[in-house]
Amino acid sequence: MSDMQRYHVLDRAPFNLASYLLRWESILVMLLVAVIVINTAISPYFLDIYNLSDATFNFSEKAIIALAMALLIITREIDLSVAANIAVCSLVMGLLSQMGFGTPILVFAGLAVGATAGAVNGALVTKFRLPSIVVTIGTMSLFRGIAQVVLGDQALTKYPSALTSFGQGYIWPGVPIPNSFAIFLILACIFAFVLHRTVIGRQIFAIGHNPTAARFSGIKVENTRFWLFVMTGLMAGLAAVLLTGRIGSTRPNIALGWELEIVTMVILGGISIAGGTGTILGLVLSVFILGLTIFGLSLVNIPGIEIAILIGLLLIISIAIPIMTAKWRGRT
Amino acid sequence: MKALAKNREVLLAVIVAAIVLAVGIRAPVFLTGASLVNVITDTCFLFMLTLAQMAIILTRGIDLSLAANLALTGMAVALVSRAMPGVPLGLIILLAIVIGAALGSVNGALVAFVGIPPIVVTLGTLAIFRGLIFLLAGGEWLTSKDMSEAFLSFPHANLLGVPSLIWIAGLVIAAYWILYRQTQFGRGLYAIGGNPTAARYCGINIPRQQFIVYTIAGAVAGLCGYLWVARYGIAFVDNAQGYELTIIAACVIGGVSIAGGIGTVSGALLGALFLGVIVNALPVINVSPFWQMLISGFVILAAVIVNARSERPIGKLILASARKLERKA
Repeated sequence: MSDMQRYHVLDRAPFNLASYLLRWESILVMLLVAVIVINTAISPYFLDIYNLSDATFNFSEKAIIALAMALLIITREIDLSVAANIAVCSLVMGLLSQMGFGTPILVFAGLAVGATAGAVNGALVTKFRLPSIVVTIGTMSLFRGIAQVVLGDQALTKYPSALTSFGQGYIWPGVPIPNSFAIFLILACIFAFVLHRTVIGRQIFAIGHNPTAARFSGIKVENTRFWLFVMTGLMAGLAAVLLTGRIGSTRPNIALGWELEIVTMVILGGISIAGGTGTILGLVLSVFILGLTIFGLSLVNIPGIEIAILIGLLLIISIAIPIMTAKWRGRT
Repeated sequence: MKALAKNREVLLAVIVAAIVLAVGIRAPVFLTGASLVNVITDTCFLFMLTLAQMAIILTRGIDLSLAANLALTGMAVALVSRAMPGVPLGLIILLAIVIGAALGSVNGALVAFVGIPPIVVTLGTLAIFRGLIFLLAGGEWLTSKDMSEAFLSFPHANLLGVPSLIWIAGLVIAAYWILYRQTQFGRGLYAIGGNPTAARYCGINIPRQQFIVYTIAGAVAGLCGYLWVARYGIAFVDNAQGYELTIIAACVIGGVSIAGGIGTVSGALLGALFLGVIVNALPVINVSPFWQMLISGFVILAAVIVNARSERPIGKLILASARKLERKA
């Protein structure tokens, strides 16, 4: 029996307050609290339920894409074409709407185009074994180019009222929760469940940690990556449906530059760009931190471009601190 | 002949020449000396920045902040020129190089000494640099009437019948060629990208090399910042917006491997020239400039498929049946 003792391995590490507090998510919670406290202090309009609910409009669509992007980055891939994908989805919806098709067809078309564009990325990356950062810079140019060639300097603005009222609407009259925000919350729960509680989720982490080992243990590495690209495309399509409905128009430059904002959300959420680690909780916290920072600072009339400095600093500092502390600990 | 066709640079050169000729047949004006010089002059920025980016990509890095660095430095020197119109041009150019290098060294320090992934660092500094332009100028646009005569005329000046922009680009290209081909430092960049562990065992100081490479790239971006503002006569927050991806596209088309360790000066230059020719040829043959993005998208994908077929190792396949499957795929 004493031999058993020697090889006894604990299921999980013993509880340790310091390591618990130093977890990325705990740091994000503290950061979020700080953001809320500071914003409440500088503006009396910040802690207003209706203002806050309107603020969610500005980040929900990006956050929906960030959920899928997080899984992709965990498997060591990236998709920089998501914003351009939105442009193509919105373009197809706009053209169909001009022909007089109704909202259900438009929604279906937006989702289908998004998933197809994602499948193009996935096929190029997995079938040809190409680096995803280059492929998606290429398809970004390609998708955005399609929208530019078709639209030129025109805009499509004729959309059925059902679509616009869905994009601008709330889940229930009088309840201050926008549709897009509700969709984000539901999807966040689904993604969290799949990533942290199912076999697929464990396989995604395994691929990110070591693709070769994952392959040898029987995980269909390229297959999983392909479907994650399709999923990311599908989420871009969903974001396109919501965004097109919300602003009621399609221009070639719709959602320009979103890809970098979405990647920032994911990285700040503690999902390592090197793959293999991260949680959906971290991502959701980072979405709130970024969304509330931008909303709070714009309440006190700080221009968006200056907020960008803060976001950039936040991104670099928040990634640098854990690396520095780990180095410092290693030395002592 | 077959070996020649297999050579990536030769193939790319033939394609570029074919495009130039095809456009020339449709619109003979494109083939005149003045028009071709104009194409080259227009592409000078891309030549310099592509070589700067290539040095970084060789070490398995990436710099998304080059265009933002260019815009910030350009704005800074334009403000100096407005405040002190008498400052000699040489000092302005030196200032641009120093500011650019300082901005690049921030990237370099964070990548090399702190150890943050390059894409994260430069994504952050991209946003910070753009924001700083706004802070610096208070949201103002500086146009040619804010800049001194000497400041504006330099990029348009001719020396021995060749625009000064081409001379400067030529110097930068020559410097990079010597760096890559003739110096231990340059060969070290290939070694780092090819196999970092081996490079370290060979005694290459990887952080030091990385830091220098990002700093030099920043200096080149700063130099381009002055030239850009002076040539186009405008400095504003969104100057050269999105150009960072054009630079990377030129690298990819030129056969620089994003996985590091592979790339040649001639390839990178041809990649840049390709994009430059497309941009300049479309209006000549009456194709709407809106086609530009679509075409470069196709070309990037084609180039990456041709170049990078088997770069990603997937581990040794033991079973014969698995190997057969792999061949089919």
